[in-house]
Amino acid sequence: MIVGAIAFYLFAGMIIASAVMVIAARNPVHSVLFLILSFFNASGLFVLLGAEFLAMILVIVYVGAVAVLFLFVVMMLNINFVELRQGFLQYLPIGGLVGLILLIELFFVIAAGITDPEVVALASAPIPPLSDLTNTEALGQLIYTRYVYLFQTAGMVLLVAMVGAIVLTLRQREGVRKQSIARQVARTREESIEIKTVTPGSGI
Amino acid sequence: MPTAPVPDLIPAIPEIWVGASALALLLYGVFRGNKHTREVAWLSVLVMAVAAVLMFAVQDGRQVTFSGAFVTDDFAVFAKSLILLGSAVALIISQGYIRNEKMERFEFPILILLATLGMMMMVSANDLLALYMGVELQSLALYVLAAFKRDSLRSTESGLKYFVLGALSSGILLYGLSLIYGFSGTTNFETLAALYSGPAAESPSIGLIIGLVFLIAGLAFKVSAVPFHMWTPDVYEGTATPVTAFLALAPKVAAMALFARVMVAPFIGLLDDWQDVIIVISMASMVFGAFAAIRQTNIKRLMAYSSIGHMGFALVGLAAGTEKGLQGVLIYLSIYLVMNIGAFAAILTMRVKGTMVESIDDLAGLSRTSPMMALGIAIFMFSLAGIPPLAGFFGKFYVFIAAVEADLMVLAIVGVLASVVGAFYYVRIVKIMYFDEPAEPFERPIGREMSAILTGSGILTLLFFIYPAPLVGWAQTAAAALVP
Repeated sequence: MIVGAIAFYLFAGMIIASAVMVIAARNPVHSVLFLILSFFNASGLFVLLGAEFLAMILVIVYVGAVAVLFLFVVMMLNINFVELRQGFLQYLPIGGLVGLILLIELFFVIAAGITDPEVVALASAPIPPLSDLTNTEALGQLIYTRYVYLFQTAGMVLLVAMVGAIVLTLRQREGVRKQSIARQVARTREESIEIKTVTPGSGI
Repeated sequence: MPTAPVPDLIPAIPEIWVGASALALLLYGVFRGNKHTREVAWLSVLVMAVAAVLMFAVQDGRQVTFSGAFVTDDFAVFAKSLILLGSAVALIISQGYIRNEKMERFEFPILILLATLGMMMMVSANDLLALYMGVELQSLALYVLAAFKRDSLRSTESGLKYFVLGALSSGILLYGLSLIYGFSGTTNFETLAALYSGPAAESPSIGLIIGLVFLIAGLAFKVSAVPFHMWTPDVYEGTATPVTAFLALAPKVAAMALFARVMVAPFIGLLDDWQDVIIVISMASMVFGAFAAIRQTNIKRLMAYSSIGHMGFALVGLAAGTEKGLQGVLIYLSIYLVMNIGAFAAILTMRVKGTMVESIDDLAGLSRTSPMMALGIAIFMFSLAGIPPLAGFFGKFYVFIAAVEADLMVLAIVGVLASVVGAFYYVRIVKIMYFDEPAEPFERPIGREMSAILTGSGILTLLFFIYPAPLVGWAQTAAAALVP
């Protein structure tokens, strides 16, 4: 599987490189475009794992909706990113230290590896083998049965997000002329037009 | 294709009721508009009361449902009773404020209801994923509530600050959960408990320990324990006072109960590994809470440091990791809730000439302008300081006894010393009220609901020592449900 390995390192390398560019790019629009590139590569990794459904969802949801929304926000809000970057060097030592500690911890985690055979048995997926089912079917069987509690809770979380967005941003403005379709449709000929008889030559 | 059986919904009836009612009230609010906020608020209180009744009606020992994601037992029932009480009272005492400050929007009670739903899910979590979803539901509603007074710059700032730091802590929490899953192969608490009892607990994988530490860090943020407390004073000070009251009541109890469950139910076998971490954050919270509060001049900020300290005391019981310790935590949380209900109800009556004041100096000479209120605040302050025979003393007493019995002598001594330092700033408020020259008197009357809540919590705090047996016994049953 040399092709698979090459593809993996290609995708993984591209993700890291574009993630670095997201925070390093001077132009915020470029940052968002690099973010989209890293999403595409991550979905490539999912394809390699045999999770086509997740790969497609990643492209549709993250690239199609989230990243494009980001792009709009960045282009419309005109945030001064140079100003935001001030103090970067000031916080670099402490931030670098925290990052270094996390990196060392990560090495410990990787070095430990999974040793317990019991763990491997537990971690096996609670679905029929992938040769029998497609990705979508397998997910569908689990989400609405085994994980229905979590699925419904996720719905409540999204509801709170929606209510929150409306509460914090919707303002009822006074003195705005709104279109009232019901009133428009209910208008009759009598109340909308007035017929004047104009005698020729005398004006109204 | 085989059809999956419908999960047993009976144990989760209270949650389903709260969720469905929140949706119904949301529709009601949308159709009736903001003028009917008061009705929505009182209906929400009613929903919480009915949820409590339902919870006791379906309670039947330990019940697990939704493929092991959801559990209800005596511990969950105890914690949920406190949560429902805290949320309902917070909603009642906020009524006057949101009317006076023109915050009357029907989403306010509904967001509190949804946050309460999240908290109930948190304490009933029996799975790492269920834990995370509950925490997120609760936190998201709280972020919005913190920024609810959107025309005030400070409220918006506190909401944003809470959101950014909260999102970071949720990320840390989720990372920890993923490590635990990666190294144990399961997210279910019972399976984890079976894995990490006996020989496997002797040498757990280092990856699992790191995951556990991340989990503790994430939850320490939610209970605002040092060193993850930075958001607390700013958020408490900046946000609207009723939201501060709500933040200090139910979410603290829920996060602490969740903390206890996730440490004890699946990982009691790894006690030696996580005990030291809890001891350190507990000591740091107690000491920092006591010293940092001394120089505060804003009463909301002072209450923030006070709550940091109190969470440190509650963690003492958890650090013991025994049934007695957990019993101490639950007693502590109950008493904390009652004392803070009184203290925040009193803070919400601090109005001078139509505006809220929140400086400690505004309380000066309160004993002469309204002696009953001064007496009430004095009771709450003495109790928060832990002076016998008030209720606050018993909370501290039970956690310290548990710590001593678990051979955590140093922790208990640090805790006692910290509570001596802490007594200084509580007693200072009493001194200002009784011995300083009177400041501008507060607006009176305060309303029937406020007086009832102040009187009720005052009497409970004052006379708890006469008949503590019901609470102590109930807490013991609840703690026994958690420890295998």
